[in-house]
Amino acid sequence: MARRHHALSRHLTLAALALLPVAVLSVFFVLPVSGMIARGFWPEGSFDPGGVLDVLRRPRVHRVLWFTVWSSASATALAVLLGVPTAYVLHRLRIPGRSVVRAALLVPFVLPTVVVGVAFRELFGESGPLAFLGLEGTALGIIAALVFFNVAVVVRAVGAAWESLDRRPGEAAAALGASPWQVWWTVTLPALRPALVSAASVVFLFCATAFGVVLTMGGLRYATVETEIYLLTTQLLDLQAAAALSVLQLVVVVGLLLVAARTRATPSGGTARVTAPAQRVRVRDLPALSVASFTLLLVGLPIGTLVAGSLTVDGSWSLDNFRKLTTKGDNDALLVPVTDALGTSLRTAFDATWISLTLGLLVAVVVTRRSRSRAERRVRGLLDGFFMLPLGVSAVTLGFGFLITLDRPPLELRDSPMLVPIAQALVALPLVVRTIVPVLAGIDDRQRQAAASLGASPLRAVLTVDVPAVWKPLLAASGFAFAASLGEFGATSFLVREQEPTVPVVIFRLLGHPGADNYGMALAASVVLAATTAIVMLAVERLRVPTIGAV
Amino acid sequence: MAELKQAAALSVRGLTVAYDGQDAVDDVSLDLPAGEVLAVLGPSGCGKSTLLRAIAGLEEPESGSILFDGADLVGVPTHRRGFALMFQDGQLFGHQSVAENVGYPLRLRRTPRTEVRARVAELLELVGLPDHADRRPDTLSGGERQRVALARALAVSPRLLLLDEPLSALDKTLRERLAAELRDILATAGTTALLVTHDHDEAFTVAGRMALMRAGRIVQEGPIEEVWAQPADPDAARFLGYARVLDGAAADRVLTTAGLPTGAAVALRRSALTVSDDGPLAGIVVASRVTPEQLRLEVDVPDLGVLDAVAPLGTHTAGAGEQVRLNVDRTRLAAIPVD
Amino acid sequence: MLRVRLSSTHGAADPPNLIRLAPAKGVTMYHPARALAALASLALTGSLLGCSTMGGDDDKSADESGSGSTTVKLVTHDSFALPEDLQAKFEKDSGLQLEILASGDAGAVTNKLVLTKDSPIGDVAFGVDNTFASRPVDEGVFEEYAAKLPAGADQYVLEDIGDHLTPIDNANVCVNIDTGYFEKLKLPEPETLDDLAKPVYRGRFVVPGAATSSPGMAFLLTTIAEYGDDWPAYWAKLMDNDTLLVDGWESAYQGEFSQGGGKGKRPIVLSYDTSPAFTVDEAGTSSTTKALLHTCFPQTEYAGVLAGADNPEGARALIDFLLSPEVQAALPDSMYVFPVDENVELPATWAKFAVQPTDPHTVDPAEIAENREQWLTEWRDVTTR
Repeated sequence: MARRHHALSRHLTLAALALLPVAVLSVFFVLPVSGMIARGFWPEGSFDPGGVLDVLRRPRVHRVLWFTVWSSASATALAVLLGVPTAYVLHRLRIPGRSVVRAALLVPFVLPTVVVGVAFRELFGESGPLAFLGLEGTALGIIAALVFFNVAVVVRAVGAAWESLDRRPGEAAAALGASPWQVWWTVTLPALRPALVSAASVVFLFCATAFGVVLTMGGLRYATVETEIYLLTTQLLDLQAAAALSVLQLVVVVGLLLVAARTRATPSGGTARVTAPAQRVRVRDLPALSVASFTLLLVGLPIGTLVAGSLTVDGSWSLDNFRKLTTKGDNDALLVPVTDALGTSLRTAFDATWISLTLGLLVAVVVTRRSRSRAERRVRGLLDGFFMLPLGVSAVTLGFGFLITLDRPPLELRDSPMLVPIAQALVALPLVVRTIVPVLAGIDDRQRQAAASLGASPLRAVLTVDVPAVWKPLLAASGFAFAASLGEFGATSFLVREQEPTVPVVIFRLLGHPGADNYGMALAASVVLAATTAIVMLAVERLRVPTIGAV
Repeated sequence: MAELKQAAALSVRGLTVAYDGQDAVDDVSLDLPAGEVLAVLGPSGCGKSTLLRAIAGLEEPESGSILFDGADLVGVPTHRRGFALMFQDGQLFGHQSVAENVGYPLRLRRTPRTEVRARVAELLELVGLPDHADRRPDTLSGGERQRVALARALAVSPRLLLLDEPLSALDKTLRERLAAELRDILATAGTTALLVTHDHDEAFTVAGRMALMRAGRIVQEGPIEEVWAQPADPDAARFLGYARVLDGAAADRVLTTAGLPTGAAVALRRSALTVSDDGPLAGIVVASRVTPEQLRLEVDVPDLGVLDAVAPLGTHTAGAGEQVRLNVDRTRLAAIPVD
Repeated sequence: MLRVRLSSTHGAADPPNLIRLAPAKGVTMYHPARALAALASLALTGSLLGCSTMGGDDDKSADESGSGSTTVKLVTHDSFALPEDLQAKFEKDSGLQLEILASGDAGAVTNKLVLTKDSPIGDVAFGVDNTFASRPVDEGVFEEYAAKLPAGADQYVLEDIGDHLTPIDNANVCVNIDTGYFEKLKLPEPETLDDLAKPVYRGRFVVPGAATSSPGMAFLLTTIAEYGDDWPAYWAKLMDNDTLLVDGWESAYQGEFSQGGGKGKRPIVLSYDTSPAFTVDEAGTSSTTKALLHTCFPQTEYAGVLAGADNPEGARALIDFLLSPEVQAALPDSMYVFPVDENVELPATWAKFAVQPTDPHTVDPAEIAENREQWLTEWRDVTTR
């Protein structure tokens, strides 16, 4: 009896902990998205799944789907091919300033796509220095931009795994006669596989749901599931088709998450992270070094172009574009100066950060408590995956969903000023959960038991055992959440109120208004955003916690 | 095997290896004849593992040379040295089965599959795990893992087997048993091996030669009985398991009692003093403890201080405060020359 | 023999490679106290700042949910802009607080309004244009409001739609050219749609796509008006002539146009008849661009009171305000459009350089509503690989 009572109260406690995050995700994600999908399935108020199925038979949908899959797959493959040697160079070799480089690599990840579009166009566009590559308006251009965005995910996840990899199995293999290449293939690669697969699946998700990049780089010649949903929803109001594609997207996302979860199950790292000392650079590292240089070039050139553009006024160097950030631009293109927007951005990001941290921590705690039964473990697994879903859903669907579902009491929330930070927090949540879960999961439950046996209450045990282990990853997670929120554009642009825009929104507006000043200011604002991001990332880098790709 | 002494297979000359700017291995010279097992014994941090890694080609020496069969190995990458390396915890590849692990070096050399299978079976037989071929490393016990690691290391008959604390992770009973097995297996295979360890029992059981290492340098080297019988200095004696080192007048008195020339320090094993009614030394028991083998005493001998002593079980019931007389067993002490 | 150091070597530097490898399971203790403090302060400042971030708005939303009469909410597209002092003036005169919800282009705004017609997201909408007007009106998004129109605005009132939508501004989507470019190369300037498909202008035209941009859509309608059912053939010719298709006006004008903000190289771009007023040289004597007046399609932007609005009175007040001479006069500089009030004096550069077409192409809004999807699908088939 007592035993059963104990189990019950344990379940109740966990359920109570899970309640808040589940409720938030249900209200701000499940409800809006299913609301939009329902509009597609019930077009005139009556259930018509046939109409949705018909959409899936359209040849255009097949083309779009095929292009989405192969472009994302190629971009993922390329990101892995470039990312792995780069991870080796930046995480295993003794290179001066490597932590700065690692932080800088993450900048693209949070740059708004509009900005990246501008940078890529300046570079690869007809008038750019790399126009001869003929990338603009080609699938290759889209793929290059996708790699630009995502290569850091691979570098980070694989690099962190590599860094904490015990090097002795490799040495044992070498001593048994394995050449460096054989060591890599038979020992190192299998050990990196979990990190690699999960990074790749995240990158694939990001690529498959990319939106702005496809529009700006593809020059409308190419359509992906994401851009198609956007067009169907905003231009054609063909909600049936949009719903069909959204469902398709969700199915793919869930499938990928399952694959990622399976590979994640392979034990790796844990908390007992050993950091292998960096090695001296040797001649045989030359191939890796050249790939890494190429990666840096790929990431550095567009950013460099951006910086150069922001410092140029009428063909000569000037800081005027930055000075003008305190103004509203030519002809009052903006309602508030860019500096105000930066303030809003920072405050919003702060809110998004603590929201995602609170939710993420709760989720992580619930997910990592040791399961006493298989059913319990399965529920936890589902919960874990549930919070990854926002990664794979179109911002347009979510944005429209907000408008049509959160419009009446008790959920009359669409006018709430907290909507923007909450939406951003949802985007950042997977990053937070993925950063904290491995750490919490790595804590030996016996430590808590030891604490309890010494007289610590459950809360006290958490404070003694979990908190010390988790505070660094938590700070790192907040850095990621902060940066992700700073750069978030899709959902934000949909929800933001004109008097309180964030920097990406302001950049978009500046680009949308004629006048050379506005264009220069947009570049300068992008540079400020990138620099802010880089600083946050550098701070995170100092904490030495792996994340992002750890899904 | 020790009789078949040949020219050194492995020959280390003036080897210095830096680690993080410090000399972890400092001007070390060693010789290891073919077919013999050399134990490098030293406390953790003495540089013995760095020495082993340098021999394996995993660390680059600052200076000195490593010769094998007369050929200089500096610059030869690890995988071309024809050695094998076995770590403390085996370092089996977690994603491969036992058989795959053992067959790994064979597959590297493109050995035909049937041959691999036969050789793996043979090796698993050798290490006493014939039924474990399909097991995963994480389902094995510590001892089994080490056996598999050994089988893997022996698979291609390495010119030199390097063992880095191969048994340290195991519990005492298992360690003792496995050490004996390891010795037999190495002898059967005729393998030249270099073992680094901090455990003198392990060294004694497995190796025929011993090098004592401390602070990056070899303090003493030779056949294991010699080193054991004549520790080079007090610290060496303590590390070799001597319970107590006396010097000056105290040493002289013990040496005199044992009938040995004076003028040296003396290292005593725990059993160097035995209770005997006609013993030359007198003292008062401070503490006593019964072990399955013998009675262990701590005896306060005037002018010598508190010393360890033993008595056969059942002969005495010496309790604290009791007066006893002690005999000195000269085979259980070592005179250490003083500079 | 060697000089021997202290026998206790445990303090000596362990070779890190060996020692660190010990697979110590468990957790290294950092500074629990500091960690706690950090977490606590994070949570605390988080909640405090969180409140302060949004604090200013909390009372506002409280007001809204109350009477709903002290605020008026304007739903518009992301190109909306109005000088701050005018907004302040409206708030002062009406006693209402103006809240602006601006996101997406005209299409997104229109569809947003249609989707939320049962519980509108604001009180009044601005930015629905003649190409999008039919659907929301048919769906009952707007309430009728017969505003007092200024002189000259009558011509923009749409048949069948009447008082549901009030015209506020207008401009024509026209092809623009960089005049200096053609002068320098001694090439004839293009004048008509046909010209754009000629080999001499190969690779020189950049246009935002109809599917992603409302001026792009207007240009598609221009070609439909001009060529009727043969428009796909014209577009095929355009694409063959290496016309560059981009996602939006920003990319086309700012990115690729040789007189835009960036370092573009194409001298022909789709923009507005008002654009030349923004490329006037310092002296104000000449513009470096001009609009091709035979390639224009008029875009009139409308405002309407949303059916079911919390504050319909405020909504009507705002529409009146948008029609007031002050706002009408500010439109050219703020939103690059012509006022509908013909008595409003245009800025000097406008009067000189923003030349309006006399006879632009037009397509009936109802026809647009009916065929939009099909046209866009066909258009994408012609232009998309």
